[in-house]
Amino acid sequence: MKNYLLIIITAGFLIPAAWSYALEVPALKGRVNDYADMISPEAESLLEERLKSFEMSDSTQVVILTVNSLEGDALEDFTIRVAEKWKIGQTKKDNGVILFASKNDRRMRIEVGRGLEGVLTDLLSGRILDNVIRPKFKAGDFDGGFLDGTGSIIEACRGEFKNDTPPGSSPDNESPIGKYLIFILALLYFAVIIVSRFSKILSGGIGAVSLPALVFFGFAPMGFAGIIIFAVIGFIAALIIPYMPIGGGTSGGSGRSSSFGGGGFSGGGGSFGGGGSSGGW
Amino acid sequence: MKRLITVIAAAAVALSLTSCGYNTIQANEEEVFAAWGDVEAAYQRRMDLIPNLVEVVKGYAAHEKDTLTAVTEARSKVGSFQVTKDVLKDPAAFQKFQSVQGDLSSALSKLMVVVEKYPDLKANQNFTDLQHQLEGTENRINVARVRYNQSVQKFNTSIRTFPNSLTNSMLLHLDRKEPFKSQEGASTAPKVKFQ
Repeated sequence: MKNYLLIIITAGFLIPAAWSYALEVPALKGRVNDYADMISPEAESLLEERLKSFEMSDSTQVVILTVNSLEGDALEDFTIRVAEKWKIGQTKKDNGVILFASKNDRRMRIEVGRGLEGVLTDLLSGRILDNVIRPKFKAGDFDGGFLDGTGSIIEACRGEFKNDTPPGSSPDNESPIGKYLIFILALLYFAVIIVSRFSKILSGGIGAVSLPALVFFGFAPMGFAGIIIFAVIGFIAALIIPYMPIGGGTSGGSGRSSSFGGGGFSGGGGSFGGGGSSGGW
Repeated sequence: MKRLITVIAAAAVALSLTSCGYNTIQANEEEVFAAWGDVEAAYQRRMDLIPNLVEVVKGYAAHEKDTLTAVTEARSKVGSFQVTKDVLKDPAAFQKFQSVQGDLSSALSKLMVVVEKYPDLKANQNFTDLQHQLEGTENRINVARVRYNQSVQKFNTSIRTFPNSLTNSMLLHLDRKEPFKSQEGASTAPKVKFQ
């Protein structure tokens, strides 16, 4: 028994060890994330435009990331972590591509989402790096390298997927409850306070019904056990709320912040399996 | 008021026990199997690449016979080792799987070092293509192994924490699963780098 415990504990330490001392994944700012300032502003807006229109027609997301240095991290380890965090590409289609370059290490990589591994094979992405991007990078023409490189990537992926969500529809399916959350909570708050004057059990009932309903329809459908737990929490909360000073009453509802503000760009939930190719210049 | 709170507390405890983890354990085990499928597929991909690679290298570096036969032999050893989902139930078989694949990895990396001596070969388009594929495959193996280990960790935790541990010992009787251990030199395994 003791042995088993030891194994479990050591196993637990071994796995995160692979990820420690790792370079932090930078924030996704847009389609072109030029942290190393390799790309001129004109080329950047051109790239942004081109990648956007490609996503409009094909739903395939292509993203560029440059960093100054990997700081000793392994190239492939870093890019797969970026891919896992950014989730470029659409859910189920897994059609995302990340073109990565580390300026000081002179290393680059094309990371290919699972859905595109058939068209943008390791072989083809390797050839794009070797024959298209590397000569330009070697000559110091980073703009040209990124423009031609993304051109080749787009060419390889075009037609593989189609954008079947009509334009104008919000890319992330936020439920309407999320938008009116504050209003609903305020309404419930006053309902609970008024009803509790007459019957504590009845106001508890409001909490027991409304909290699981809110969570279920507003955030995430859950199992029976989850509903019961939220019902209990709601019941207790509704009993306590009338005794709390005004102002603290609505703190029970957790606000939901959308991960990207201001109509920005975000990954669609695509997954990566380590496909693609690495190279240097 | 006090009685009401006791009743509520008792109800909360009783109800939280209904989530005994039966479904969680099952779901986590399925996740392990799925991750294992990816591991197997990645290794299979490497197996399929090797004959071509050996063939191309042979054309340019015929007198590196020893290195080439070592790769071929390691590959055939991997091929003769039958891999099924049962490997996951048998720690000894899992060990064996790891060691034959590890031997193949080191034979391959030796070959890739030897190849450095042959500029003609390195300039050959077929060879650079194969290199990209081999690199990609090694990377996929790596990613698949890390993800497999993550799913194993999740599964092992889920069968050993309370109250799931009770469910498992009474109903499911599932054993903990073996993660990949990084063997000596594994991190240096075929890091095939060519500038």
